[in-house]
Amino acid sequence: MEMVIVAPPAPGKLEDLRRRFFATPLQALLSLISLAIMAFVLWKLLNWAVFSAVFTTSGGPEACQAAAGACWSVIAARWRIILFGLYPFEEQWRSALACVAVVVMTVLSCIPAFWTGRRIALVWGAGTALYYVLMKGGVLGLPYVGEEAWGGLALTLFIFVTTCLIGFPLAICLALLRRSELPWISRTTGLIIDGVRSLPLISILFTFAVVLPFALPQWMAGDKLYRVILGSALFFSAYQAEIVRGGMQGVPKGQEEAAMALGMSYWQRIGRILLPQAMRNALPATINQFVISFKETSLVVIVGFFEILASGNAAYGTGEWRFAYVEVYAFIALIYFVFVFSLSRYGAYLERRMSVGER
Amino acid sequence: MMVSLLRNQRVRNTLLQVLYVGSLAAMILACVMIARRNLAQQGITSGFDFLFKSTGWDVNFSLLPATANDPYWWFVLIGVINTLFLGCTGLILATIVGTIVGLARTSSNELARLLGRTYVDIFRNIPLILQVFFWYAVITHLPTPRAAHEAFGILLTSRGLYVPVPNVGGVAFAAAFLAVIAAIALPVWLGRTTRLSQPPGERLGIQLTAAATALASAVIILALGRLPDLPLLDFPALQGLNLKGGLRIPPEFSALAIAIAIYGGSYIAEIVRGGFKAVGKGQMEAALSLGLSPWRVFTLVRLPLALRAMLPILANQYVWLMKATTMGIAVGFTDFFMIVALTINHSGQTLEAIGILMAGFLAINLSLAAAFNRINKTIALKGNQLRG
Repeated sequence: MEMVIVAPPAPGKLEDLRRRFFATPLQALLSLISLAIMAFVLWKLLNWAVFSAVFTTSGGPEACQAAAGACWSVIAARWRIILFGLYPFEEQWRSALACVAVVVMTVLSCIPAFWTGRRIALVWGAGTALYYVLMKGGVLGLPYVGEEAWGGLALTLFIFVTTCLIGFPLAICLALLRRSELPWISRTTGLIIDGVRSLPLISILFTFAVVLPFALPQWMAGDKLYRVILGSALFFSAYQAEIVRGGMQGVPKGQEEAAMALGMSYWQRIGRILLPQAMRNALPATINQFVISFKETSLVVIVGFFEILASGNAAYGTGEWRFAYVEVYAFIALIYFVFVFSLSRYGAYLERRMSVGER
Repeated sequence: MMVSLLRNQRVRNTLLQVLYVGSLAAMILACVMIARRNLAQQGITSGFDFLFKSTGWDVNFSLLPATANDPYWWFVLIGVINTLFLGCTGLILATIVGTIVGLARTSSNELARLLGRTYVDIFRNIPLILQVFFWYAVITHLPTPRAAHEAFGILLTSRGLYVPVPNVGGVAFAAAFLAVIAAIALPVWLGRTTRLSQPPGERLGIQLTAAATALASAVIILALGRLPDLPLLDFPALQGLNLKGGLRIPPEFSALAIAIAIYGGSYIAEIVRGGFKAVGKGQMEAALSLGLSPWRVFTLVRLPLALRAMLPILANQYVWLMKATTMGIAVGFTDFFMIVALTINHSGQTLEAIGILMAGFLAINLSLAAAFNRINKTIALKGNQLRG
């Protein structure tokens, strides 16, 4: 007799659901609790943010305050101050364009075709220069706007970009110095890196903003904004240097020895053999560090800069919109979230992509 | 002569090192000299004598008695204690939040995983200081004491959180607190030390007796230390325009603690998840095939192994949390950093204050790291049991 093995019938939709979420009593309980939490939060959130929210400015703050839900009119009325701070009203298109330039620059540097030292330096150099010219003006018929008038999202992006631009090469220098064969150079550099890492960023920003002018000759003190950027770049580079060093340790020793045997000079060995492989090893951690440092730019509000958080405080702090703080913070949180989340998702994607060869 | 010396590798190396270290030292020295000269021009003499002068200003949060007449060193001490207190509170809360969310993320239930992931994705991607500002705004926009929200004797007002406290002396309260901690710690310690010498049944008896004794002594201490002619619990109540009685937790502190718990919790959740992921599948399969129940597989195999995998990363996260207390200055919580900043503003002793700040954070970080290294060493397993 012939045996026919018949596959069990494919589970129906309902059966599938039961197996996935209600396999055991405990699973069922867990599913129900999770579902209840999700439904409750989602309903409350939607109700607040959409169904009973006010979106137009026509009623003014009074009508808005009377509404049960969110008052998005505060954003409609104050979005300019949140995004551009105190930048002159007629010139704010320049601020917007500068933000776009930074975003384009960031997106370009996420494309692997730009991952050679020269190209990435070119993209970042050009992007930052474009930002600077657009914001500051004084050339090409653009009226001059001093740094003290910069603010909002544009200032946040500027601090982030310049921090990375100064901090990244500094980090590579520190990493190279730390792995130097000369004991006193590596020890002193190690001391600097560990010292900076053990301090909170706020204390470094405070030192650079408030204390440093006392300790520098007058001509060197410079503008407060650039001092703070320098401080935040130093902090960034101390962390990034350890990441780069970790990447360098992942490069097999034979690589450098082979390069030496071929008679390559120190700079050739570093630039052509060691760094390219080290940067590849360090890429996921590097992106993570960029994400962290973007979030940390918000700390400059403490030393008195009018970046996006401070401008948000100002947007609801004055008179008639006092009640609408949740909406303003939600808007700023959303802006941060869009930047940080997409960057960290990109980092996760990169990590998956790069581990393909190693599996 | 000069050229031949420079061709010598050893001479060149020494020269390079001297040049590097020397130029750094010269830079720092120059900065200090200039700073001292500038400060001297403002009539500020260097040295640590200012620590013994009275401050003339006040702090808004202190666990120790503080007045404007107290000297600077006392205020610095208050700042350090505030930082440690806030740090420990945030650390405990963040660990609780992180453990719950992390367990949800590793659970076998899809919905729980989704919930955990949403939490982490949202709160990890919003800067901590924004969350601090948000919670501070929420708390200071709560109703006035007259219209306070009330639940279980706890009052929520714009002036802070008021909780009822027992009417006992400070010393007795501290002693009772220690006794309660002993009630938790003693059984654990006994369990570790008597593991081999006693049969399990007797061990449980000893542990229970120890815990009961400690708890009973806590109750006795509270009863003895009770202030006469007052009810056992002091409830906050409205008197005129303000609240009297109970313990007031200022909005600055609660905003920071909530924000650190939520933000730090999202990071700790990822560490917890990573720890459980690091436990090899074979370990769990082996335990299941030995016939252990799922609960025992969790408590006896997965949890101990995962804990060991997490601990080093967790230590880094805790050091970070301690440093995050410096956000206090954003809402006006007098933590260590804010005290130092105020000291610089009021006394002008810039260099000394910065030195104290650096030394303080170095000490906090190093002692935390040392403590965790010890824990790590004592619980480390021989060999490579995480894999497999």
